[in-house]
Amino acid sequence: MPVSTLAIVLVLMALSAFYMGRRRATAAQANGGYRTSSRPHHHGLYLAIWVAIPAALVAAFWLLIQGYVIDSIVLADLPPAYADISPDRLNLLLQEIHSVAGGGIVGREVDDGLRLLAERYHDLSMIGDAARLVLVLGLAIGAFVFALRRISPRLQARERVEKVIMIFLIVASTISILTTVGIVLSLLFETMRFFDKVPITEFLFGLNWSPQTALRSDQVGSSGAFGAVPLFAGTLLITLIAMLVAVPIGLMSAVYMTEFASPRFRATVKPLLEILAGVPTVVYGFFAALTVGVFFRDLGDAIGLDIVSESALAAGVVMGVMIIPFVSSLSDDVINAVPQSLRDGSYGLGATRAETIRLVILPAALPGIVGAVMLAISRAIGETMIVVMAAGFAANLTANPLEAVTTVTVQIVGLLVGDQEFDSAKTLAAFALALVLFLVTLGLNVMALMFVRKYREKYD
Amino acid sequence: MSQALADRTARTGVPDDDIAVSGRDISVFYGEKQALFDVDIDIPRQQVTSLIGPSGCGKSTFLRCINRMNDTIPGCRVTGELFLDGEDINSPRIDVVQLRARVGMVFQKPNPFPKSIYDNVAYGPRIHGLVKNRGEADEIVERSLEKAGLLKEVKDRLQEPGTGLSGGQQQRLCIARALAVGPEVLLMDEPCSALDPIATARIEELIEELKANYTIIIVTHSMQQAARVSQKTAFFHLGQLVEAGLTERIFTSPEDERTQGYITGRFG
Repeated sequence: MPVSTLAIVLVLMALSAFYMGRRRATAAQANGGYRTSSRPHHHGLYLAIWVAIPAALVAAFWLLIQGYVIDSIVLADLPPAYADISPDRLNLLLQEIHSVAGGGIVGREVDDGLRLLAERYHDLSMIGDAARLVLVLGLAIGAFVFALRRISPRLQARERVEKVIMIFLIVASTISILTTVGIVLSLLFETMRFFDKVPITEFLFGLNWSPQTALRSDQVGSSGAFGAVPLFAGTLLITLIAMLVAVPIGLMSAVYMTEFASPRFRATVKPLLEILAGVPTVVYGFFAALTVGVFFRDLGDAIGLDIVSESALAAGVVMGVMIIPFVSSLSDDVINAVPQSLRDGSYGLGATRAETIRLVILPAALPGIVGAVMLAISRAIGETMIVVMAAGFAANLTANPLEAVTTVTVQIVGLLVGDQEFDSAKTLAAFALALVLFLVTLGLNVMALMFVRKYREKYD
Repeated sequence: MSQALADRTARTGVPDDDIAVSGRDISVFYGEKQALFDVDIDIPRQQVTSLIGPSGCGKSTFLRCINRMNDTIPGCRVTGELFLDGEDINSPRIDVVQLRARVGMVFQKPNPFPKSIYDNVAYGPRIHGLVKNRGEADEIVERSLEKAGLLKEVKDRLQEPGTGLSGGQQQRLCIARALAVGPEVLLMDEPCSALDPIATARIEELIEELKANYTIIIVTHSMQQAARVSQKTAFFHLGQLVEAGLTERIFTSPEDERTQGYITGRFG
């Protein structure tokens, strides 16, 4: 029986266990005639959990290890012909065995030795599958019988079901944490491999970025240079431009929305502004490349400035526009959270609206606003599409916003696009860049959260 | 004050009082809903007038008319005439910023700004340009804290945040903040409702001292408090001013049976 059928059978068994458990509990309670701690459906769930979960866990565990176990059994008594086989060859042999046993083809003539091994492998697999089926179904039925006998009005089924649900919730919340840990670890190991090939000092302080590696040793420019400073500088420049656009506009729009706009206007415009945050960044990207970049170039021509069409300015401005809703929506929330009593206090002293906003509301909301800005910065640093399309790949070390620059994220894309071998310095550089990016945005997010938390304490 | 106004003033009793605030036909609407109906009232200078009545009777609404705080509520409309020293405060010639400097307000819940004690008190004088340098500011802060009976407690920590004080201290800080602008009238909207009895007693003492220089109007839910601190009392019910007069008379021989019912605790 294949795994999917087994899963369906288990689900069906659990379902019928649920109904039977519920019926039995209903009947038992009707006969008992007194109130019980658990409702009938808790008993049903209790039964279903007993049927499904141990069996499913065992099935999953079996699936995980069956392959390894059979492999090692087959390899344990290899015919003498394979006595001193190298580890690489052994791996190949295993794959050939799997392939032949599964009825596939291999890259060479299937000799008797291989066929024998494959047959043995196949037999063992059949035995394993059958054993699994018997064990899992037996476990499910056994658990069903066991749990059915325990069902009585006295059984605290609800508590037990709730405990199982809690375990599920804990597992669910751990998954994202574990994923993050996994990402960090994989970045870390690849980065360490990169630093074996390129010294960390060159990466962090080198001023030259040209990450090609040679196919042949006599190629021109085969050495490659992995100084990431131009990337950090480019990222910083574009982020700075984006913030110069997003922070004032976002903040002013938040102030207008909270302090001046009529409720009706606010109810219409705020969702519209948030739609801006839902536009895919690739759309902003071609807007930046095809419209804004060209506009700035033509503008530069008109006033006698030399602006390239793929400029940091265009990318930064469009990225700023993209981030406006972030700044404005988050600041809007924190400004709204400033208690009305503070506004009343200020107006009651004869302060004008401008004075109240400038001297009372903004200072009170400042920690929250700083948090919003920091989240926006980490968003800007991580943004890729706009810069790929609007600012290009040229790793210039410049502070001039009218020239082309490139960012960390863009280079990661550039390094990993296309066919790559994953042990060259070129591809490994991407992991080092990603790690830096991760650390910087993590730091910013932590700082932002600390600011926001400090802000929360103030009024509670 | 015009002759007609003087006549009407005489009508509401206690004719020899010097009237600081008087309202004529004051009605307040929140959107379509009318919260206050044709209130006529005279409030004497340098005395304490308490406004009492069950919740939702319009006493706070009336209080907020006197410094036009109702302007800050969207959809709120005030009709009628309200005179401060004979001047209609709703006339277009009155600058609401100036008005609120003349009519200070203390709120139900202490609401110090999240700034230092010093900056809290100096806030009003600064925005009104009353102080030109640090020395003047120091002086006005010290004087206001002294008047609010807080100076002794906070003298050594003026730079600490005002939100770090206890509830009663915060409320006195708010009073100091209001006094710093040099108002003539002080509006207090249930100033003790968030305070414990000891802090309440301090505020009541303070009101007693302040009435020598200020006209004080206090909204309160505590009839004992009204009886303790005020010389005049006005009873509001369902948006109407039912009865106003000497506190002693209102509490001993009310003319209206609704007043009688409220002060004896039959409703409210």
